[in-house]
Amino acid sequence: MNIFGWLNDQLLRMQWLADLVTAGVSAAGLDPTSRLGGSVQFFVYDVIKIFILLSVLIFAISYVQSFFPPERTRRILGGRSGIWANTLAALLGPVTPFCSCSSIPIFIGFTAAGLPLAITFSFLISSPLVDLASVILLASIFSWPIALTYVVVGLVVAVVGGTLIGRAGMEKQVAEFVHSVPVQDSDHAMTRSERLSFSRDQVVEIVHRVWPYVLIGVGIGAAIHNWVPGEIITALIGQDNWWSVPVATLVGIPMYADIFGTLPIAEALVGKGVGLGTVLAFMMAVTALSLPSIIMLKRVIKMPLMLLFLTVVTGGILGIGFTFNVITDWFI
Amino acid sequence: MIIKILGSGCKKCVALGENARAAAEAAGKQAEIVKVTDFAEIAGYGVMSTPGLVIDEKLVSVGKVLTAEDIAKLL
Repeated sequence: MNIFGWLNDQLLRMQWLADLVTAGVSAAGLDPTSRLGGSVQFFVYDVIKIFILLSVLIFAISYVQSFFPPERTRRILGGRSGIWANTLAALLGPVTPFCSCSSIPIFIGFTAAGLPLAITFSFLISSPLVDLASVILLASIFSWPIALTYVVVGLVVAVVGGTLIGRAGMEKQVAEFVHSVPVQDSDHAMTRSERLSFSRDQVVEIVHRVWPYVLIGVGIGAAIHNWVPGEIITALIGQDNWWSVPVATLVGIPMYADIFGTLPIAEALVGKGVGLGTVLAFMMAVTALSLPSIIMLKRVIKMPLMLLFLTVVTGGILGIGFTFNVITDWFI
Repeated sequence: MIIKILGSGCKKCVALGENARAAAEAAGKQAEIVKVTDFAEIAGYGVMSTPGLVIDEKLVSVGKVLTAEDIAKLL
């Protein structure tokens, strides 16, 4: 085995932890190959793994993100336009600290500073969609090719979606007050200790926020993994059904879960023969669109632009779902 | 003095509001804590990361939950 493969198995997939938990389950008198033992093994292993990865990843990623506050991202993007500007916006999305509660202030701040809608939307689509921590978790649960392909298609959706929205010429569909907002630029550079404490705070805050979703997600995953017959799942959302992707997307959109909670469900579903595209469409729908964020967005943009945004993102997710289902065999 | 907490009501904003109240009490200052949840008004301060902290109409912090001690220094 090569070094990279070993590191990947032990650090990212945490094979040692899986072995340890299996041994623990056996020691507790449960057969890990039995239904109950298997469920317990899946639950304990996944919960511990996700929390370890989550803490380490959020810390590292927050440190990187501390270099790209929204003010700086806005300066970088200022005065640019065209497809490369969209690409740059899509790339900056994942490295700018973002939470759904600050997406509206960012939208206002960008638009007020004169950034075109095309650029702002590329940023707003990629920021939740191409979440760095979830990408690495994807690599841990599935594989690096799947994670990297996810990043690429996520960026493509952001670039294409932003461009389409820009082409529609909907500048008038933004709430009037947005244009009269003053643009303030802060030039406060963080010190290293500020970055470290920022990263630590992010870990505490995010773990605090997502732990119920992770437990519920892993619980559902463990149940699917061992208790739901594969035939039922494949009959409902199996690869051969054309409706699998639309159903997964529609179910995912109103859901306000966290990507970290959906990953274990995705893992269990793929294990039962559900297409990778269906599962990715579900995850993307959950993260890119949610009812609370749509309601908030409605306060700063008018209906036509809102509908265009929803159509473009939903269309992108459906496209990805169908494409991935066709090429699933390349990965698994 | 008037302390404003800018934010759409997420957990962080609530925490910042509590810390601000504690800081004002510890400093023995009469402070009115105002929660600003309207996007137009929040954006009016040029804030892109919530929660923001405004003391007597001066924006002193964005995007983080300051501790009561940190806020006390700013009062």
